[in-house]
Amino acid sequence: MSIPLSWYLILSAALFSIGLFGVLARKNAVAILLGIELMLNAVNINLVAFWRYGSGSIAGQVFAIIVFAVAAAEVAVGLALIISVYRRRTTVIADELDLLKW
Amino acid sequence: MTFWNDPINYIADWLRGVFMGWGITAGPANVITALIGIVVIILFALAIAIALVWVERKVVARFQDRLGPNRIGPFGLFQPFADIVKLIIKEDITPAGADKVVFNMAPVISLASVILIWAIVPLASKIYGADINVGVLYLVAVGSFGTLSVIMAGWASNNKYALIGAFRMVATMISYEIPMVVALMIPTIIAGTMSVKGITQAQSNLWFVFLSPLGLLLFIISAIAELGRSPFDLNEAESEIVAGFHIEYTGMKFGLFYAGELLHAFTFGGFMAVLFFGGYGGFFGLEKLSAFAWLSNPFIELVVFLLKALIGYWVIMWVKYSMPRIRIDHMLTFNWKFLTPLAFVLLMMTALFDKLLAPTQFYVPGMFLSNILLAWIVIEILRKYSKRERIEQEKPAEPVIQAAHH
Amino acid sequence: MTPDQIIFLLCAALIVGSALMVVTTKNLVHAALWLVATLFGVAILYGLLQAGFLALVQVVVYIGAIAVLFIFAVMLTRREMRDKGTQVNHNWGISALLALLTFGGLAFILSSWVGFSSTAKAIPAGTDTLMMLGKALVSPDAYVLPFEVASILLLAALVGAVYIATSSKE
Repeated sequence: MSIPLSWYLILSAALFSIGLFGVLARKNAVAILLGIELMLNAVNINLVAFWRYGSGSIAGQVFAIIVFAVAAAEVAVGLALIISVYRRRTTVIADELDLLKW
Repeated sequence: MTFWNDPINYIADWLRGVFMGWGITAGPANVITALIGIVVIILFALAIAIALVWVERKVVARFQDRLGPNRIGPFGLFQPFADIVKLIIKEDITPAGADKVVFNMAPVISLASVILIWAIVPLASKIYGADINVGVLYLVAVGSFGTLSVIMAGWASNNKYALIGAFRMVATMISYEIPMVVALMIPTIIAGTMSVKGITQAQSNLWFVFLSPLGLLLFIISAIAELGRSPFDLNEAESEIVAGFHIEYTGMKFGLFYAGELLHAFTFGGFMAVLFFGGYGGFFGLEKLSAFAWLSNPFIELVVFLLKALIGYWVIMWVKYSMPRIRIDHMLTFNWKFLTPLAFVLLMMTALFDKLLAPTQFYVPGMFLSNILLAWIVIEILRKYSKRERIEQEKPAEPVIQAAHH
Repeated sequence: MTPDQIIFLLCAALIVGSALMVVTTKNLVHAALWLVATLFGVAILYGLLQAGFLALVQVVVYIGAIAVLFIFAVMLTRREMRDKGTQVNHNWGISALLALLTFGGLAFILSSWVGFSSTAKAIPAGTDTLMMLGKALVSPDAYVLPFEVASILLLAALVGAVYIATSSKE
């Protein structure tokens, strides 16, 4: 293993920032969820890299699996909400969903 | 080590020697040898796909009381090559309004998803691509590329029939993935490993079909659904949506989907053999006798594996050509309300009995009888249910109150 | 440059490039497909890190389920099949700045950490990490509770998603 840990950390920082940009800048609610997926993946890269470069504990992989489960749950509920909103308002543009704004 | 008892390593060593003789260092020589191995496996899989075109056409002809191709070559053996020439010289159409890149990528991913499986198929004890410790999961993972290719093809074609076909296919594949995964977990539990080679070796004395016949049944049903073959071929229901997700594909692009489907069916036949019928081995300990030692020769094992895979493929074809298509809602109901609960009950039962009975001599009869018992209970429940439905249907209709017109 | 490093760099280029396409492309179905490319790159990284099980779970869960769900959701939530006009809101400039600052800040904090450029020890021969992972997930001394909680979360999400997305038929 000739790759230093820093490479993985920088890559995951870059992926996280790209995901953050997606979440903040996208108009469409589905695209915002895509950005969140990128951020979750960046976290997972870090967890697995720390598992591989750390001491013998398996905790990193276990955490990564729990992140998978959370990501799946998040997408299922998130997309169901978006589809439900689309049925009522016929739009998924986050700016136009402003019923609670005054 | 000679060519006859370990052909792959023998050839690989020889190749490595040749490359190093040319002045290439050990590292790159290994990489080049591995790449050649990959190309050989892909070519082998594609050669099988070509042969399968002939097998499929001959067998379907027999099922339909015809002769099948018999003009080109002996027994029509060269028919696939005529088919290929025809596919190649056809006009290559990309529909207007199609998403060109995605449209052209879909057939490639579709075929790749099948060929990737061949990386782990244990053709013989010494002939296989890779033996990874998560082999069974790999089968499921690669299958998800198939799902992706279907939805890509359906969406990029810019055709409503293609999209409807893709939606149906993806709904089927995602739903039936659950009983499929559970069916794959049963040999995993019994063998105690996810490596397909390990599962094969665990069956050298007893095939897993005797330990879990219901598991085999679940695997066959969900494999047929995953393949999208009849009775689950809603995705291409000709009478409703013309041809499903590959409606807009012509020439060799269609050929890739077609070859992928045939090869996929054969591969699942092979996995049926690997997971439940002992794969390349499973001679019930016969090969340990000195008179039958030749049974563990890699070439014999290769032939045994291919024969078992062909039988599995034949079963899939048998079902395909003798069953009518069922409705999409029935298909999903069948999965979610029947197959999935049954699969979970079977999984829990297998895990429990495997732990409880493993060291005792009741292991094999216990596992077998518990499967039979579960099957009987399920059939009883189904009988009760269908009886209730029938009574409901046969109930005399409520007298219709006539409106007084006159 | 060792082969490992070359594979890593190719993979990193794939991940970053396709992640940029995910957040910038106008066509949302394409964005979902670029997400698949990103996730596949991450799966290769797991393979490089010798976490083969996680690599395959990544493919099954993300590409087989989540990406397909996204493509479905994109198709179900619009009137026209094609996306027109800009897909970013008016404060995308500030967002880009924030993202760059986050990256810079993370890189700065990480580079001042002592373990930043540590290298991995070889996994000792005979350690079956898959077995360790499986045992850790079901052992009461380890992570059985978080694992069960995660499964309950998934069940709740499943029920919730079905309930929310079902159209009420009055």
